[in-house]
Amino acid sequence: MYKIVVAEFLAENIKRFVIEAPKIAAKRKAGQFVIIRLKDGGERIPLTIADSDNPKGTITIIVQGIGKTTKELNSLNAGDLILDVVGPLGKPSHIENFGTAVSIGGGVGTAIAYPTAVALKQAGNHTISIIGGRTKDLVILEDELKQVCDEVYPTTDDGSYGFHGFVTQKLKELIDNGTKIDFVLAIGPIPMMKAVAETTRPYGIKTVVSLNPIMVDGTGMCGGCRATVDNKTVFVCVDGPEFDAHLVDFATLERRNRTYKEHEKESLHDYMCHFDKAFEDNLVTSN
Amino acid sequence: MPELSKKDRMKIPRQPMPEQDSGLRSANFEEVNLGFTEELAKMEALRCLQCPKPVCIDGCPVEIKISDFIRLVAKGDFLGAASKIKEDNMLPAVCGRVCPQEEQCEAKCVVGIKGESVAIGRLERFVADFEREHGGSRTLEIKPKTGKKVAIIGSGPAGLSCAGDLIQMGHDVTVFEALHELGGVLIYGIPEFRLPKDIVKAEIDSLKSLGVEFQTNAVIGFTDTIDELMQSGYDAVFIAVGAGLPYFLNIYGENLNGVYSSNEFLTRVNLMKAYKFPDYDTPVFNVKDKTVAVFGGGNTAMDAVRTSKRLGAKNAYIIYRRSDVELPARKEEIHHAKQEGIEFLLLANPNKFIGDKDGWLTGVELIKMELGEPDSSGRRKPVPIDGSNHILDIDMAVIAIGNGSNPIIQQTTPELQFNKWGNILVNEETMATSKKGVFAGGDIVTGGATVILAMGAGRQAAKAINNYLNKINISV
Repeated sequence: MYKIVVAEFLAENIKRFVIEAPKIAAKRKAGQFVIIRLKDGGERIPLTIADSDNPKGTITIIVQGIGKTTKELNSLNAGDLILDVVGPLGKPSHIENFGTAVSIGGGVGTAIAYPTAVALKQAGNHTISIIGGRTKDLVILEDELKQVCDEVYPTTDDGSYGFHGFVTQKLKELIDNGTKIDFVLAIGPIPMMKAVAETTRPYGIKTVVSLNPIMVDGTGMCGGCRATVDNKTVFVCVDGPEFDAHLVDFATLERRNRTYKEHEKESLHDYMCHFDKAFEDNLVTSN
Repeated sequence: MPELSKKDRMKIPRQPMPEQDSGLRSANFEEVNLGFTEELAKMEALRCLQCPKPVCIDGCPVEIKISDFIRLVAKGDFLGAASKIKEDNMLPAVCGRVCPQEEQCEAKCVVGIKGESVAIGRLERFVADFEREHGGSRTLEIKPKTGKKVAIIGSGPAGLSCAGDLIQMGHDVTVFEALHELGGVLIYGIPEFRLPKDIVKAEIDSLKSLGVEFQTNAVIGFTDTIDELMQSGYDAVFIAVGAGLPYFLNIYGENLNGVYSSNEFLTRVNLMKAYKFPDYDTPVFNVKDKTVAVFGGGNTAMDAVRTSKRLGAKNAYIIYRRSDVELPARKEEIHHAKQEGIEFLLLANPNKFIGDKDGWLTGVELIKMELGEPDSSGRRKPVPIDGSNHILDIDMAVIAIGNGSNPIIQQTTPELQFNKWGNILVNEETMATSKKGVFAGGDIVTGGATVILAMGAGRQAAKAINNYLNKINISV
């Protein structure tokens, strides 16, 4: 069992957890992930490690409640226990001094991009972060990134905060203004990563994305997370999760991620009904 | 009981295995074979000729004292028989179910020369089940503690059998498992209807009671490297991680939604209990009233296709490129599959998968094959028949054509030597790898094989590790 020591909402539906997992904390490198299982009968889901504190023996994960398991996870609080946390899994980010490196995070993807931004800075890069959200409240980790990066640009789709527009528009603006960019890391929703890949492609800027397919074991055993990169099949869990954005077949990834859409709806519906029922029961008993 | 003559013994027919009705069982996950009754077991045991030189033992990778345990069964001393088996095999309830006895011990049985061989596997299973249901046999003898520690990577058949032997030799043993449950392929791969998970758990519990320690969620290579294990006080390491990287067909459309590796399909259903969705959170493609094709002809293919039938598939096909005589699965599995309504499309090979506009699998283009000259495996090579392409409508596909080697140990242990397929190179006698104190066995060395061969490798490694640890003792 793994104990949650901090649980706090960063934005609506986006929660930060600090979890006691000393072995993983000591080992993990930027770009790696854990697989967690909340309880008996629970599913195994991959979550990128956002941060760690080796002396304290903790890791940080940042979770957006979308399906049943992430919503259930986000209902947990400090002191609660998670049944299984396994990792660190996957290959660490490839870090070197590229020159100027831009890390782009979309929504909760910012949490995944954060550790790599830190590592890029430590490797000597001039580090720029572009962090996007639909609206102001969904722009996360701005303060944390400002402490690390040379430049941080928040963007919002609705213009409620920072640059009004998509992260790709901000990236294009930087390029057009003559910023010499040597490396781009983009992590977020698939359409965003695809758009970043298309933005940098004409300029030949090396661009890396972290893929988020459906996984089961996370150790190469099942092949459920396979993706198409450079027209070849790769297993994201052991060959990735980071790949050359210009070679990734995003359409296949997006499509495969929809495999269990109907199941996910049913599962979430059942969960929310239980949740509502528990809530109502609670009202009845408290009355 | 009067002593039976050889002739009398030879007259007793091989006792049939009671089975769950095929109509009923194709809709449930309960075990297919129900096991011998005491009467059937005693009758079957009487068929054994008690050869002075029992050649059946030569056919057993772990050299169970077969004639000795069968003699005890005939006498009705079932617990004694269980103890006798456990001298050589810590997992008899598993082996009695999943070993290909017809190619091993039973293939050597003298009774089988003129008639049907003694049902050694069924007897082994009966004895193990009897022991479990009647409170266990005498406690196994454990040698005094040596103070040496061994790390075993992987809790599948090779790891478990090695752990069982080493703990009895007096060493401390910790088994590291990557998944959240113990048992490896016995848990995630082989379905409940062929190997109930409670039986695997009971066998693991008996290892725990002997003092074997287990750690789940430990992906060696990532969680700890092999070097770190050795630095933290383990005197030897046994790598028994299995094969564990599924092969695909490398044909067009393989990444369409609805195409699975057998590992993924079986893991979802067996380990994650997707057949109980939504009570369990993990989903699997809903095959109810759909058509499923499983590519491959081995035991895993049979497990997958029979699982899909149990999940409600209307049509469930085995598609195999050679003919029925070459099917690598056990005869019993093929027989059970046919009884359950599985259709076999033999001498057929997939060319490409076909999908709809949303990327869901809708069909597969097959080509008919004929058998040509024998290839390097000695089996006749299947050759495509030009112009025989045709399309079969399917909703789900499972690729069950074997496993390559998992790359995690290779990527994180530079001193180990591997062949070009990623299998660890070992000294065949001692199972020692190129790295001092590190041994390896099972599928990671041989490539995908059987449970019992992996167990044999585990036992062989235990002996070699014991020798190695004793030598360290002397040199200190």
